[in-house]
Amino acid sequence: MDNFFPKKINSSQQYLISIVLILAVSGICMGIASFLGYRGVAFILLLAVSLNAVLFDIWPVMVSAVLSAFIWNFFFIPPRFTIHVTATEDVIFFIMYFVIALINAALTYKIRQMEKSARKKEEKVNSLKLYDTVLNSLSHELRTPISTIIAATDNLQTANGNLSAANKEQLIGEIAQASFRLNQQVENLLNLSRLESGILKPKMDWCDINELVYGIVRKIEENKKSTRIHIHINPSLPLIRTDKIMLEQIIYNLVNNACLYTPDGSEVHISATTHSDVFQLIVEDNGNGFPELEIENVFDKFYRLKHTKSGGTGLGLSIVKGFAESLKGKVSLRNVSTGGARFTVEIPSEMSFLTT
Amino acid sequence: MNKAEILVIDDEEQIRKLLDITLRSHNYSVIEAATAKEGLIHASNHPPELIILDLGLPDKDGLSVLQELRQWHTNPIIILSVQKEEETIIKALDSGANDYLTKPWRNGELLARIRSALRSSLGEDGDIILTAGLLEIDFNNRTVKRKGEFLKLTSTEYNLLALFAKNDGKVLTYEFVLRAIWGPGFIRQSQYLRVFVAQLRKKIEEDPNRPEHLLTESGVGYRFRSKQV
Repeated sequence: MDNFFPKKINSSQQYLISIVLILAVSGICMGIASFLGYRGVAFILLLAVSLNAVLFDIWPVMVSAVLSAFIWNFFFIPPRFTIHVTATEDVIFFIMYFVIALINAALTYKIRQMEKSARKKEEKVNSLKLYDTVLNSLSHELRTPISTIIAATDNLQTANGNLSAANKEQLIGEIAQASFRLNQQVENLLNLSRLESGILKPKMDWCDINELVYGIVRKIEENKKSTRIHIHINPSLPLIRTDKIMLEQIIYNLVNNACLYTPDGSEVHISATTHSDVFQLIVEDNGNGFPELEIENVFDKFYRLKHTKSGGTGLGLSIVKGFAESLKGKVSLRNVSTGGARFTVEIPSEMSFLTT
Repeated sequence: MNKAEILVIDDEEQIRKLLDITLRSHNYSVIEAATAKEGLIHASNHPPELIILDLGLPDKDGLSVLQELRQWHTNPIIILSVQKEEETIIKALDSGANDYLTKPWRNGELLARIRSALRSSLGEDGDIILTAGLLEIDFNNRTVKRKGEFLKLTSTEYNLLALFAKNDGKVLTYEFVLRAIWGPGFIRQSQYLRVFVAQLRKKIEEDPNRPEHLLTESGVGYRFRSKQV
């Protein structure tokens, strides 16, 4: 049941607390009944019932309502210490007290139920919205390369010798590009689901950053030869202890993004440094940067820039953030004054200055 | 020369077809098996020169097929799988796989691995001198020349290079190398290995940041490659 102490207070504890509250309030009323009058006491008891109604489920509240009615009758309505009520108006008051206490309990409970279902509905709408965004973005991003592959192979199969060698080459190149992209998207989706399921635990090992970065750049250059990537890392940077595969994915996504979403002929610069026990990596490009208003959203899952050309699922950067956080680090983005974007990754890490 | 026979065990018909075309066009003869059972029968009836094994088979886990094969089959086995987690790769290599490639793969890479696996199984690696590009490793005299000039290697550096070169084309896991060079007590001391490999690359590679011989297999280990793909 939903209440102010969700799951902390079980039902028998709820009965106990609500009854103790009524008893305690009654006790206090005993002391002040002489100058408050027994009808004033009724209001204080009702207040206690209301408090229970706000905090607990319907049955403990009902019990406290009945109990308080009985206590009011027995201890306060003259003649005191009997169930018996003499004055006719007191009989009416007693019945009214009983009814008000019950309505109070029931009404509060109902309002809380309504709030709860409204909240549920809202959550459902939100998750539907996210689901829609996900589906749209995914179906678009998966279908584009698939369509390319289907169209290009169809073209190759049905051309009957009408294609020049250069055209054929171009079509095959398109297929290769598209399948590479498709593979990338699936990779990102898998990583995301691993992140979401929480099964991803960093596996720490010593990592040579130069080796890692040069390896990543080589992989990217194999598939997109036109970008110019520059690496500025001290050859004797200490080894850092981290999850190599996660760090690799972080750097890969940042550099690959920078290559994909900057105009042709742009440059990408990768630098890495260590400060006491923090490893810092910067990926900077001289493209057009990000719209200032959207900078805080770019790490959100499935977020894509408003006027972007097609080509991403909006997963890459959320994976960067997720992995960086798994490594107890953080990632930030800002535009540089000369134009272009600068991503900064900071990961706390052990270092090894071992040399031969 | 006789065509080397390769057994492909993979449940996906498309993959088998593709491998069949690729391998035949490079002068291998190919047998296909769609299940673990079929594969094991083929392998025991007529042991192929090399097996390409998928890990995700419908009737049996590929790793247990590998372990079963390794009880009697000594020819090279190359794993070709969509699974790319380092644990799986390391496990497969420790269970006797000669090599591990992930799908999607590049044909040039696959053929290079096949050639190198076949070469080592035919015993052609028993040379006393191994030439790898500009490198010349003389196992008898424990010397290494680059562009005809002797390199100054420490004895650990030489042992490391010799270990890699004797396993030309094969992935060696971090643990395997640490155990072989430094001993069983050092298998967790991977920072030694990182440092020595970086050191070694500075001496043997044209550009140590873009190594051509001593290659990194991310998260798994290193591979020596004497020839270009």
